[in-house]
Order: sequence, then C-alpha cells, then structure tokens
Amino acid sequence: MIENANGPIWRLRNRRETLTRWFVWLLGIAIFLWCWQQISDATTWFFVWDAPNIASDILGRATPPRWSYMDNLWVPIWDTLNIATLGTIGALILAVPIAFLAARNTTPSTLFIRPVALLIIVATRSINSLIWALLLIAIIGPGVFAGIVAIAIRSIGFCAKLLYEAIEEIDQSQVEAVTATGASRWQIMVYGIVPQIMPAFAGIAVFRWDINIRESTVLGLVGAGGIGLQLQASLNTLAWPQVSLILLVILAAVVISEWVSAKVRGAII
Amino acid sequence: MSAYAKGETHRTLDDLLGTRWRRPPLVQRAWLRWVLLVGLVVYLVAAISTVEVNWSRVYEGLDRGGAFVMAFAQPDFVSRADAIWNGMVESIVMTVASSVVGILISIPIALGAARNIAPLPVYLVCRGIIAVSRALQEIIVAILLVAIFGFGPLAGFLTLSFATIGFLSKLLAEDIESMDRSQAEAVRATGARWSQCIEYGVKPQVIPRLIGLSIYRVDINFRESAILGLVGAGGIGATLNTAFDRYEYDTAAAILLIIIVIVMALEYLSGLIRARVQ
Repeated sequence: MIENANGPIWRLRNRRETLTRWFVWLLGIAIFLWCWQQISDATTWFFVWDAPNIASDILGRATPPRWSYMDNLWVPIWDTLNIATLGTIGALILAVPIAFLAARNTTPSTLFIRPVALLIIVATRSINSLIWALLLIAIIGPGVFAGIVAIAIRSIGFCAKLLYEAIEEIDQSQVEAVTATGASRWQIMVYGIVPQIMPAFAGIAVFRWDINIRESTVLGLVGAGGIGLQLQASLNTLAWPQVSLILLVILAAVVISEWVSAKVRGAII
Repeated sequence: MSAYAKGETHRTLDDLLGTRWRRPPLVQRAWLRWVLLVGLVVYLVAAISTVEVNWSRVYEGLDRGGAFVMAFAQPDFVSRADAIWNGMVESIVMTVASSVVGILISIPIALGAARNIAPLPVYLVCRGIIAVSRALQEIIVAILLVAIFGFGPLAGFLTLSFATIGFLSKLLAEDIESMDRSQAEAVRATGARWSQCIEYGVKPQVIPRLIGLSIYRVDINFRESAILGLVGAGGIGATLNTAFDRYEYDTAAAILLIIIVIVMALEYLSGLIRARVQ
C-alpha cells in the first residue's frame, strides 16, 4: 500500500519486493548476456549469414527422397524395433528388483540398500543412451547387441523410479489382509503387492517402449546398430535424398509408436 | 485389483464355496491373453535369432568393462582438466542461453496453443509448431543445424531452444486450458484489456507450474547438451567422445561423474524451488 494525496493506491508489490525483483532480473539478464557472448565468440558468423543459402541448397538436394533406397532400410528398421523391444524387456527385468529395493515399504534396509538402489536409478537416468552406447561399443564392440544393452541400462532408472513410486502408493490394507492369513514374505509380495502394481507396470513398460523406439533410431549414429547406421552412412557420403528418406521413416516410426503406446495405455488404465 | 472388481464382486458365498479361488489374470479375455502370449514368444524367437552377438568379442571386452568400472574408483580429473573445463562451461552456457530463449519463445506459443484464450487459426498454427518440435529428436535437429550453421555451440543452442519450445509450450498450454475460468472472468468484468486479463487473470494461476516446468527443462537441456557434442554441436560431448576413442576411461569416468553430480544437484535444487513456489 502506498499513500498519496488521494489516499492509498493498490500496488501488486511493496517497494522492497520491487527492488529485489529488479536486482534478480538484472543479474539474470547479465548472466544470459554473458552466455550469449560466449556462444557468439565461438561462432563463425560468416557461416551463419550464409545459412539461408545453405539451407535452401540442402533442401534442394534432399528433395525428392530416393524412394528406391527403401529396400535397404527394412533390415535396419527390424533391428531398430528389436533394440527398443529387447532393450525394454531387459530393462524391466533389471528394474523390478531395484524398484522393490528402493520403495520405502518393501526395502529390506532403509539405511543401506535403499540409497544404493536410488543411486543406481539416478546414475542410469542422468546419462543419455547415446553415451551408454559409446561406452558399450568401446567395451563389447559395435553392433545391435551394444544398442540393446545401452537401451536396457538407460531405461532402468526411468522404469525403476516410476515403479517404486507406484509401490509406495499401494493400498496397505490389502497387504495387511494377506499378511493376516499367515502368508510368507514372498506370498505377500505375489498376492498383496504385485496385483496392485500390475496396471502401473504395464503402463510404464509401454511408455518406455515408446521412448526407446525414438532413442534407438539414433543409436546407430555412434555405431550401435539400427537405422541410425544408415543415416550416418548417408550423411557421411552427403547423400541427401537418402537422408530425407531416412528422416521420414524415423518420423513415421515415432508417430506410430506414440499412437500404439497411447492406445495400449488407454486400454490398460 | 481392477480385474477382480469387474465381475466377481457380487458373487454369493455359496457360489464361491464350490470353486477354488484363482488369481484374476491381468488380461480378462482368455483368447486375447493367449494371442498376446504366443505373439510375444514368436516375436522374441524371431528377434533374438536375428541379433548377432559376437560372444568372443564380448568376452574380450569384459576386461575393458572391468577397467572402466575400476576407472570410476579413481577418476582422472587432472590430465585433461582444460578440455573438461572448457567443455563443461560450454555445456552450461548452452543450457542457460537456450533455456532462457526457449522459455521466452514458448510463453507466447503456449498462450496461442490454449484453446480457451486463442482464436482457432492461431491455435492451429501454434499446435503445429509444437507438434513439429516434439516429433524431431534433439540429435537429428542438431545434425541438420550443424550442416546449416557450421560446427560450434550456436547449433547446439538453437537445437535446445527448439526442443524447449515443444516441451514447454505443450505442457503450459495444457495448464492454461485447465485453469479456473472465474478468476479471468472477474478481472475482465472490471473492464481490463486483453493484456491485463492475461497479466492479472491468467498469469498468477500458471506461474508456479511455469517455474516448475522451466527448471525441469533446464535439467533436461543440460543432459541433452552433454550429447550434442557427438555431432559437433558444442558442449562436453566432444571431449567425452575423444576420451572414449582413446580408451582413456579414467577421464571419461571423471566427465560422467561430473555430469551425474550436476544433474543430481539440479534435481535437488528443482525440488526445493518447486516446493517453495507451490
């Protein structure tokens, strides 16, 4: 509230808040300008001013797509599908025990085992699948198998995180009812907990499969199999008509997998 | 639980006494269950038979895998400190700049993509932009932009800004669409202009969500900026790639550890800030 000759005037904020806000904004803008300066220094502006010409040139070369190249793409598409699906299955097999160890109500030890499980979840989640693929190619050699393992490791964190949140949100009274019948630890798990998280589990699996289809299309860029290998080869030989065809195929794969996943999740939930 | 609730809850006890209790299956229809199961088995056999695994190569690689795991125990931050430092600064710079620009652009697009405040033509255009941005993956956009703008962080910055627009506009538009109408109406009833309606009727309702989403996106942008270097779009990815190519696992481990620590710190920070604004 600020008073003037005609009485108090309504203001959104008082003077001190306004000043603090201005200062924070000033600091933010300064940081942004410094960042922009860094980017600008590292840029060859001559190329940037030439960009419209280059873009139209590339577009001219890339159209129309070379449809006959499609014959070479069916095997990579099959490989891509396998990387995503087998990777997702592998991830789920590994994620289920980790999720049970990480959930507060099922973990054997909150003090020792839960932090380890949470660490695995964070570590696998924060590193991109392309980096996992790079690492695995250095270790086990290029190919589809490296892609499957990369997708599997990358997906553990995501699946385990969503799954352990689902486990923590279960209805405890059902578990108690099963316990009251004298069930063993495993029987409680199978009859009390698993039926409650099954819909969430199926939803997570399909959701992650959709994301993995996206990711496996580009894994080939670093040599981990799938359609990305063809993309990389076409880019290296500047075969733009092939590049545009591959991009169209990837786009179609992404749209189809999203549609399938939405349908299946709609059916489950 | 859902399967059980559908038809069996109202059976009487007499009914149940004769039959042995069985666990309700996840898929209700028996034929569908079998089709899914058989289909899965057939697919798995077909898929696994086409995946060629060179087991001797994998076996050889286990040593290197072990070496990598050991490298995590003693990461080498020192010998490539300059390259790591420059790469990290570039990644962070790209993250900050692209997040700011992406958020600034995505706000008007989100307003345009909310059906309750935008006219139909604007709505369709904005939804189109969002759809394109979401369908293209970052790394592919980066490849194209590197081809157009040349190597360097500018391509990475543009890629991340573009990806931010799709992500943020969509979620923000959905939030605007589900807001409480009566507040905006009350502000309009006082005779406010359109811009005042947005400022006092809409903005206060969506700002907490905007802040939360923005911080989440900063987190994603940092993670993505770590891989853009693989295709020449600047950031720590190039250094990481070189480290792997030279089998310098201790340096690679150091870089990965830094990435993990920064991501964890960002996640912690975003948790704090989101708890404060909501």
